[in-house]
Amino acid sequence: MDLTLAIIVTVVGASTPILIAALGELVVERSGVLNLGVEGMMLIGAIAGFVVQFHTGNPYLALLCGAAAGMASSLIFGFLTLSLSANQTATGLALTIFGTGFSALAGSSYSARPVSLMEPLFPAELAAHPVWKVLFSYSFPVYFSFIMVVVIWYFLHKTRAGLILRAVGENDQSAHSIGYSVIGVRYMAVMFGGAMAGLAGACFPLLLTPQWAERMTAGRGWIAVALVVFASWKPFRLLAGAYLFGLVMTMELYAKAGGGVLSIIPSELWAALPYIATIVVLVLISLRRDASTNAPACLGKPFLPSN
Amino acid sequence: MTLSRRTMIKIGGAAVALPLLGSTAFGQAEKLKIGFIYVGSINDNGYNYAHNQGRIFVQDQLGDAVETVYVENVPEGPDCERVLRELAQQGCKLIFATSFGFGDSVIKVAAQFPDVAFEHATGYMPAANVGLYNARFYEGRAVCGTIAGHMSKTGKAGYIGSFPIPEVVMGINALALSGRRVNPNFTVKPVYISTWNDPAKEADAARAMIDQGIDIVAQHTDGPAALQVAAERGIIGGFGQGADMSAFAPDTQLTAIIDNWGPHYLASAKAVIDGTWVPGNTWEGLKEEVVEMGPYNAKVPADVVADAEKVRTGQIDGSFHIFTGPIKDNTGVERVAAGVVMTDGELLSMDWYVEGVEQPA
Repeated sequence: MDLTLAIIVTVVGASTPILIAALGELVVERSGVLNLGVEGMMLIGAIAGFVVQFHTGNPYLALLCGAAAGMASSLIFGFLTLSLSANQTATGLALTIFGTGFSALAGSSYSARPVSLMEPLFPAELAAHPVWKVLFSYSFPVYFSFIMVVVIWYFLHKTRAGLILRAVGENDQSAHSIGYSVIGVRYMAVMFGGAMAGLAGACFPLLLTPQWAERMTAGRGWIAVALVVFASWKPFRLLAGAYLFGLVMTMELYAKAGGGVLSIIPSELWAALPYIATIVVLVLISLRRDASTNAPACLGKPFLPSN
Repeated sequence: MTLSRRTMIKIGGAAVALPLLGSTAFGQAEKLKIGFIYVGSINDNGYNYAHNQGRIFVQDQLGDAVETVYVENVPEGPDCERVLRELAQQGCKLIFATSFGFGDSVIKVAAQFPDVAFEHATGYMPAANVGLYNARFYEGRAVCGTIAGHMSKTGKAGYIGSFPIPEVVMGINALALSGRRVNPNFTVKPVYISTWNDPAKEADAARAMIDQGIDIVAQHTDGPAALQVAAERGIIGGFGQGADMSAFAPDTQLTAIIDNWGPHYLASAKAVIDGTWVPGNTWEGLKEEVVEMGPYNAKVPADVVADAEKVRTGQIDGSFHIFTGPIKDNTGVERVAAGVVMTDGELLSMDWYVEGVEQPA
């Protein structure tokens, strides 16, 4: 029982940054923009969050600055792809390379400098009982990620602004012709995605390992990008997907470290599960006839007004 | 899931375009250019940091006589060949490839540049212009294991490994053997995470093991993430690897294994300058100060420190070797007879675990 609860706590930690970054990317892609720079923006957010936490010790300020740094880096992408209509795939890849190098440069004088982890949001007494611990032992970003799933779902499907954003992603020419600013909407979406990626990156030094290490996100930005497709651009599926990935990533390690019941499923199978799950989901999606409409129709295409 | 990595070539020292000279001898009249390639970042506070400290040591000691260049974050694979070739073409006459997985690339590229001296750390494949050098990290592991055996309450240590290569297997075995010398029920649980540098995964591996009963954690990856988790969870302790990591976990690092590559790099550089370089095969340890121990934590009891020091000094004066028989493997078969010391060759190809090591899942 205690082990189960401990595993849940670890899974939540592993899933949260992926979920936050993927939620941002989901909104970006719903507006018709494919930003492959998530990994780079996360690293920029991670180093910004780390530096602020190191100097101020204020984790909320650190998260905020991580988000701001991620947003600033997304503006580079936005300017190139939206204002200059550069190729989104290439620009996104460049942003990841840039973020990796820039964060390494900015962080080079911060090695061997630990910071303190972000404190849990709720008082420790509330999390004293192991069962309550599962609910109340996390710090702010964990609860934030869950709230954002609902907020983004509500925004996309229940608000006018969300409808406009989806319209821009589905048919940019029509949205343009009835007077919406396609470029403006996409800038907002890209900046939101950058802020979420930066915040997700800042979670690494604040929640997981209180240090700065180059490339400390270690490819999780790419998992976030893949999850958006996996979730067929739907926020609640994204939540499930992020936790599925977090679960298998964690269970692989618990299965290796443990004996008994955990080793019934070999760790190799746990390690392979995300990929098996991805294939299964992609097959299921392609079996459904209406599913192809899930991908925003203008995804990855630069907007060039026809008139 | 990782991006195809762009490696950045950073040039240390003045950016002087050195003409490529068609010298075929190893002896150098002009400034010797030395290249280093690292598998990770020089800011990892561990393995790669230690190699880079060695580079800085050479530069400081030889000053204007040498120019050192390094490339960090070089993936173990085809890209490594490209980086090695570039360094050789830039005029490096001595190149240190500092990770086990660079071996195949070194052999290939060395054949194309017969006038360049290559040295491969922790490798096993020599060639006419490829020397091998290694450090007896297991001697440090034996000191750590002594402390772990004394201090662990659950009698279980966790060991985060990168890949099951002999270098790592040897370290796990040394920890287990030395721990069992003082506590016959001491066991070691290895978990391999298939990467040298993924702090979040190292941390989660540590969490997974701590949640399942270990109270000492050791690691053979590049960073201090596992130690930080040990501190966060308040277990008995862990060990720094590659460098003193006490800054990350002041109350938790019991001691550290510190790699000190500088003297070896200096000797090789001097040999190339003098024209006396020949491919060597060195494997030095505590005695030659290539491996050093960090300070003992204040919470390690005096009698434990004394025992650890006995192990340390015994390995320096040669009176103690951790891989002395009888040694059984973890299936109960006796692998080394009583009184026999394993040879270097046997150690460097070690692919079995000693008694007390749980078979990795």
